[in-house]
Amino acid sequence: MSAPRNIWIIFKRELKAQFNSMLAYVFIVIFVVLAMALTFWFRNFFDPGAQDASLEFTFFLWPAWLLMFLAPAVGMRLWSEEHRTGTVELLLTMPMAPWQAIVGKFLAGLAVITIAIICSFPIVITVSYLGDPDNGKVIGGYLATFLYGAACLAITCSVSAFTRSVVACLIISVTICFLMLLLAVPPVQDYFTDILGGKLSDAISSLSMFSHYNDIKRGVVTLPNIAFFASLIGFCLFLTSIVIKTKRS
Amino acid sequence: MIEVEHLTKRFGHNTAVDNISFTVKKGEVLGFLGPNGAGKSTTMRMITGYIPPTDGRISVDGADVVNAPIVAKAKIGYLPEAAPLYADMTVVAFLRFMAELRGKGEEDVERALDTCFLDPVRNQNIDTLSKGYRHRTCLAQSILHDPDILILDEPTDGLDPNQKQEVRSLIKRMGEGKVIIFSTHILEEVEAACTRAIIIDQGRVVADGTPGELKARSRGAGAVAVRISGMAGSGIRSELVGLPGVGDVLGDDVGENGFSGKVLPAKPGESLSKEIFELCKEKQLVLEELHVEPGRLDDVFREITVADTTLSE
Repeated sequence: MSAPRNIWIIFKRELKAQFNSMLAYVFIVIFVVLAMALTFWFRNFFDPGAQDASLEFTFFLWPAWLLMFLAPAVGMRLWSEEHRTGTVELLLTMPMAPWQAIVGKFLAGLAVITIAIICSFPIVITVSYLGDPDNGKVIGGYLATFLYGAACLAITCSVSAFTRSVVACLIISVTICFLMLLLAVPPVQDYFTDILGGKLSDAISSLSMFSHYNDIKRGVVTLPNIAFFASLIGFCLFLTSIVIKTKRS
Repeated sequence: MIEVEHLTKRFGHNTAVDNISFTVKKGEVLGFLGPNGAGKSTTMRMITGYIPPTDGRISVDGADVVNAPIVAKAKIGYLPEAAPLYADMTVVAFLRFMAELRGKGEEDVERALDTCFLDPVRNQNIDTLSKGYRHRTCLAQSILHDPDILILDEPTDGLDPNQKQEVRSLIKRMGEGKVIIFSTHILEEVEAACTRAIIIDQGRVVADGTPGELKARSRGAGAVAVRISGMAGSGIRSELVGLPGVGDVLGDDVGENGFSGKVLPAKPGESLSKEIFELCKEKQLVLEELHVEPGRLDDVFREITVADTTLSE
């Protein structure tokens, strides 16, 4: 059977499982509520004296921090649950290549994250009604959020292949996502500059998801930025397949 | 249909399967026997393509499991050991999902539901099912595509006696025209359902034959249980011991006027019923009862697997 068909079958089942377990609803509601609440309360959206009432500053700051926790929550069950219940043995003895299952599951998680991101769209409508937002930055902001969420999910995907414990997967994934954000935060960057010198520290901070996220968010949609996220996701999914393969032997 | 050649699996330093070779032909129902940890599940997992072998070759109906996994997997139906299922799905949704992955449709799902008597619970969530139903749901999954080859890892484990009987008759019914390999440690199951049995111990094949052939290898095979009267028990006993070919005479009841017990042949499987009958005729004894025991599979099992453990220690 063809690869797209197999991916589609796995995708459908996994998406249904996400919504059956209520996890997807919880995720979407938490994401939207927190994103709005943080925008209005902590960034003084309505404060005329605030430095900048643009969406870039007030709204698109938060998804990075929210998705760091929420994307692992969506992805934690993808493989650890399969290992824990033994269903991985059924899945991998079906007549299809393992990567098709990996991609199908990843896309199902990504669909949940995408739905959540889309559900935050009313804020753009609100802002358009009140003023005149820079549409390029809105598109950039959503693209950055989407890519960032996908990257966090891919990291979670490969962690979940390692462990049969859902909780361990969640904690480890959040930690990794957090560290990958931190790499570009000034104190951390200074620390690396001190011990490793400028060039190496630049290389390390270029691995940070945050700097690429910020670039795209500002509308700097360059090939290196897109390639960074694409290769991070590709690497994580490849790692997943390696882990699943070695775990069996 | 299934050819296994020099199959070996090592996990680190531990050799789980050690150079196993066997072939199974169409129409055979092969019972896989062995103590826990003997390598039964590992062997089955390698045949289904779940675990890659360290060494050796497996061919399933001409398709190499390592080099053409998708072709091989399409020919196999597999029931893993603990009958794993997606607990959040209903029975019918689960079977539809598995059928889709196999490129099968609604009729196949209905047929599998029918064959495994799952119709009453079709719309029930799997996590609310009893163990028997869960097992049968997983079994139904393995026969969705009407495979030529069925690999069942302990298909009756954890079922009550009635359900065991149902699964056994299911296996027997499906066995015609297919290859079925199933593992078990219930020996009566092998006698009831198998045309051939392989005993595995410590990763090696220690016996291979029909259940009848295996039974004939037990020490008790060919033993003659007798009840003879007409003379003092001890006298009869010494007459029996004197017969050529007798290994041992076990007397349960050596009475005043008769003997009842067992005559074991020196060579397992060579029954002495004729000699005993001649003896009674000659000595004018009354042969009240005589029957030849075919040997017991659990004796062979114990003798082979225990002997092996002591040897290696």
